[in-house]
Amino acid sequence: MGASKGAGAARNGSGKNAGGGRSKTSRPASSRPASPKEQKKYQKIAQQARPRPPVLINCIKAFLTGGVICLVGQGVLNYFIRIGVKPPDSGGPLAGVMVTLGALLTGIGVYDVIGKFGGMGSALPITGFANSIVSPAMEFKREGYVLGVGARMFQVAGPVIVYGLVTSVVVVLIKMAVMALTGKS
Amino acid sequence: MNIGQSYFWAFIVGGLWCVLAQLTVDLSGMTPAHVMVAFVSLGAILSGLGLYQPLVALGGAGASVPLPGFGHALVTGITQQMEDKGTLFGLFSGGLSATAIGISAAVVFGYLMAILFTPRGKR
Repeated sequence: MGASKGAGAARNGSGKNAGGGRSKTSRPASSRPASPKEQKKYQKIAQQARPRPPVLINCIKAFLTGGVICLVGQGVLNYFIRIGVKPPDSGGPLAGVMVTLGALLTGIGVYDVIGKFGGMGSALPITGFANSIVSPAMEFKREGYVLGVGARMFQVAGPVIVYGLVTSVVVVLIKMAVMALTGKS
Repeated sequence: MNIGQSYFWAFIVGGLWCVLAQLTVDLSGMTPAHVMVAFVSLGAILSGLGLYQPLVALGGAGASVPLPGFGHALVTGITQQMEDKGTLFGLFSGGLSATAIGISAAVVFGYLMAILFTPRGKR
């Protein structure tokens, strides 16, 4: 549920500031409205009270989680190379195995636990990409198999594929242009 | 590189990518989804600059399993098919061909999991 939940949290977060001013005017008439000075003071206090992420601990957790997932990936990769798959051809099968693992762990609810501990350490590996597809697919089953499962699957994976593809095509075009201009082939 | 070293560097390189992503989330306030998108694009750009292949040579799965490796796979897939099958064909077919297994597996297993399981606490 990691990534899709994160997107939801962000939507709530951006709405918070817009609603802040309005809630003051809708207070009961008996209490006097706060002066701008008081409002500023309140906002300062609220700013300080907002929990700051424990950056160092989060980074250590992300490092361990991401490291262990890549360790598993390296085990799979070493196995492929041992059975004779050429390293350039191993990327696809490796991604397939890792995605399958991520999907299964999401299905049985284990990846959510890993995600809560690992943060981006569980979201950035391709297992997290699988999680971002499987998690909304399961969650939106109640909205039906076409507009629920079928459509919501790509809530996060869609943008990842869209921007990945567009960027890679543009990158290759720029590389071709640079090569043509500098005369290298 | 022997087997032990390959595991060591996979752990280090993969872990460092995740630390970089975690720092981006914590310090910039971007959502995890935005960071995932940004890192795929970053991987594609680094690949175009020729900087990602050396990282794969060092880190193995530590470089190819995190999402920047997905961007790298897109760019190398396009470049490869452009050489093999022609410029236009490769430009529009290479990227998805190279990442087809991962995407198809995710969609098929995603659908299967949705049929088989209901998320906890939502029964």
